[in-house]
Amino acid sequence: MIASVFVLASIVIVALLVVALVVVGLVRRRRGPAPVAPMAPLPDLLVTEIAERPVLDEEPTLGSRLGASRGVFDRVRSIAGTGALTGEQLEVVEEVLLRSDVGVSTTEVVLAVLRRDGAPDGVAATVRRILRESLVDERHVAVDAEPGRVAVWLFVGVNGVGKTTTIGKLAHREIGAGRKVVLAAGDTFRAAAAEQLTTWAERTGADVVRAGEGADPGSVIHDALGRASARGADLVLADTAGRRANSTNLLDELAKVRRVADRAPGQVLETFMVLDATTGQNALAQAREFLAAASVTGIVLTKLDGTARGGIVVAIERELSIPVKFVGVGEGVADLIPFDPDEFVDSLIRA
Amino acid sequence: MFDALSDRLERIGASLRSRGRLSDADLDQALSDVRVALLEADVELSVVRAFIEALRVRLAGQSLSQSLSPGQQVIKAVHEQLIDVLGGSALKVTYASRPPTVIVLAGLQGAGKTTTAAKLAAWFKQQGRQPYLVAADLQRPAAVEQLRVLGGQIGVDVFSEPSSPVEVARRGVAEAARIGRDVVIIDTAGRLAIDQALMDEVRAISDATSPHYTFLVIDAVTGQDAVLTARAFHEVLELSGIIVTKLDYDARGGAVLSARGVVGRPIVFASTGEKVGDFDLFHPDRMASRILGMGDALSLIEQAERTMDPEIVAASAGRMMDGSFTLDDFLAQLNQVRKMGSLGGLMRLMPGVTKEMRTAAANVDDRELNKIEAIIRSMTPRERREPVIIDGSRRSRIAAGSGTTVNAVNQLLKQFGEMRKMMRQMGGANPSLPPQMGKLAALAARRGGDELPPGFEALGAGMRSAPVSAGPKGKKKKGGRVTPPKQR
Ligand SMILES: Nc1nc2c(ncn2[C@@H]2O[C@H](COP(=O)(O)OP(=O)(O)OP(=O)(O)O)[C@@H](O)[C@H]2O)c(=O)[nH]1
Ligand SMILES: [Mg+2]
Repeated sequence: MIASVFVLASIVIVALLVVALVVVGLVRRRRGPAPVAPMAPLPDLLVTEIAERPVLDEEPTLGSRLGASRGVFDRVRSIAGTGALTGEQLEVVEEVLLRSDVGVSTTEVVLAVLRRDGAPDGVAATVRRILRESLVDERHVAVDAEPGRVAVWLFVGVNGVGKTTTIGKLAHREIGAGRKVVLAAGDTFRAAAAEQLTTWAERTGADVVRAGEGADPGSVIHDALGRASARGADLVLADTAGRRANSTNLLDELAKVRRVADRAPGQVLETFMVLDATTGQNALAQAREFLAAASVTGIVLTKLDGTARGGIVVAIERELSIPVKFVGVGEGVADLIPFDPDEFVDSLIRA
Repeated sequence: MFDALSDRLERIGASLRSRGRLSDADLDQALSDVRVALLEADVELSVVRAFIEALRVRLAGQSLSQSLSPGQQVIKAVHEQLIDVLGGSALKVTYASRPPTVIVLAGLQGAGKTTTAAKLAAWFKQQGRQPYLVAADLQRPAAVEQLRVLGGQIGVDVFSEPSSPVEVARRGVAEAARIGRDVVIIDTAGRLAIDQALMDEVRAISDATSPHYTFLVIDAVTGQDAVLTARAFHEVLELSGIIVTKLDYDARGGAVLSARGVVGRPIVFASTGEKVGDFDLFHPDRMASRILGMGDALSLIEQAERTMDPEIVAASAGRMMDGSFTLDDFLAQLNQVRKMGSLGGLMRLMPGVTKEMRTAAANVDDRELNKIEAIIRSMTPRERREPVIIDGSRRSRIAAGSGTTVNAVNQLLKQFGEMRKMMRQMGGANPSLPPQMGKLAALAARRGGDELPPGFEALGAGMRSAPVSAGPKGKKKKGGRVTPPKQR
């Protein structure tokens, strides 16, 4: 360990020294009379683009291509070829899948199957079947804790994906099912995150436990568990701060939060990674990291009411076997539905 | 994927050079590799196509240079093409002749508008302006409160009232004019481009406030949807530019390219972290390197300039070159590095570093570095200067003193020996730098407009074969200045 850390540190040091060797003279000179940048006059023109417009914009074909792409999906359905597929047919399939954010490698897999087996029932049906088969089978949502313990659902994800909103929606759903729900405002980092969750508590009739900004998220969840068991609540929905998935420290912190939540009387039954449907290929990395740090048990795919298709979850299910359990389709309290794989695959192909 | 791209392109045989140009088959192969890499970076499909076609034209007409391998030449062309599409060079932000300059931020839910509003305000403040924030997101619970808290943190007043978004925006601007603020930033609710009612609303906000700038805030992790969103917002609002957020995620950020391509408006600002200061003008050249997975050497250099103490660094750098680098130097430099940021963060910016190294660096715990420091601090001054004298009993003493093990001390000394060996090679009669460092040095030199320092001239020659922007050729092209003017 020491050895590798030392090597890494020395690489950075050497690199910076090299930079320094070159720059030092410059830094010294700067210490002389500092060149005062003259304040720009205040023209009416606001954005000055220094560079020429790239060729790309002037190509009118870009927009029309995009427009045309919509028809592509219809073309897939109309391709009723059996047996071997033509190059053009394969291209259309590729385009449909890539545009849904399914990703290059999953798309390659689908194309390989098509090339090998052809499309006996028509292209669209075959693609639908291949995609459907690559999804996981089990999407059970666990809500009953061991006797004497309180079920906890933990919500994790990157910034702005819809964690807090999803908690509001699920609170509504579970309260509707007759459960007593406590919300834990475990995002003590973002400004006004607790206020936001409190609003959802008011909307749904859930109880909420919060602490001041900068408080330890673990202790908020601990308190929420105390409150929940004292009041005989069935379920604690625990919010966490949005965090990037490429920071070991932030992920460690999350692992710690999960451990606290899983200590009696708490029992973590579900850890939901909330994923924004507009997310591209980075979603796979997010899922991998959150899975390792917090043992994610399911995905909530939000913002499917927009134009994004969320195809990357196919790759996530295929490669990491994390099932999508719910989808978010709006900002209202009722805008959450259980994930239906058949419908989802249809929507990818229909687009 | 792009890491692999450079490798794959490098493999395009050097034998081709004699023919003076790429064969059609090689070109097709290269373009297909580039296509996959762009798709994996989330660049939208039609933007990818347009890009590949433009790249084909660029490469087909070009005769191969003598100093670059065909693969390097392809990478260079990709890089240049990326910069072109991303907007050539950094942009200047100027102000309305009759203040206040009004700015509207719009975008999808969760793109980061509210945080961006605050960061933007802080940025203008730093430019000597007097910004004012207007909280017109009445949709998301506690959005107004969030902006108020952020405003408080950066010392910028926030206008809010419980009326309607359009009314808030209108009155906010009027209030700013009344109290003499010269930049007004209006935060609006997140909305889907297909939500007609909400798009009408943001249009009404725009009509009511006649903004000088309308920025689309877009998340760097966005996938193929980026173009649909960007186009829809552009149709309704006539965007003046784009602000990209969450560039600190590991995403390649191809969405930026897509959005830029489809609306033809510049990307003006980039947000790279959760802190208010993690925000600056957008640099297309750096983004191009990022999409290509080539690190972001310029940011690294700038960061170094900002935080390193030139005296301390200069002394150690000298000793590095003449082979007398000591553990004291190491300790001093380690402190400089730690001041600059995490090892992982710095490594991410370095060109030519493998993915494994990046991951390893990202996972280095601060405590490990503390341990290294503790070991060195437990040595006597003489031991630090002459580690050869550290025998078995000294090792036990050092281990005990630093609360580590003899094994750890052994490892550290061994690695330090290796480091010195590497340094001696760099500084000897035939100086040779690892390629990525050569590139760093070349970039640093270009930045300062300086010649390479003594001892590095020989490296300069080697560097010329380094791919892409490091070469002196890219430099002259755009009026002699590739690096954007420094803002602060
Ligand atoms: N259209 C739509 N918007 C959604 C959906 N889910 C969440 N949102 C919106 O997305 C935005 C971000 O949601 P939040 O719940 O604050 O996201 P978060 O993950 O808690 O964000 P942080 O705590 O800041 O990381 C809000 O404006 C929500 O209203 C959805 O399914 N559809
Ligand atoms: Mg939240």
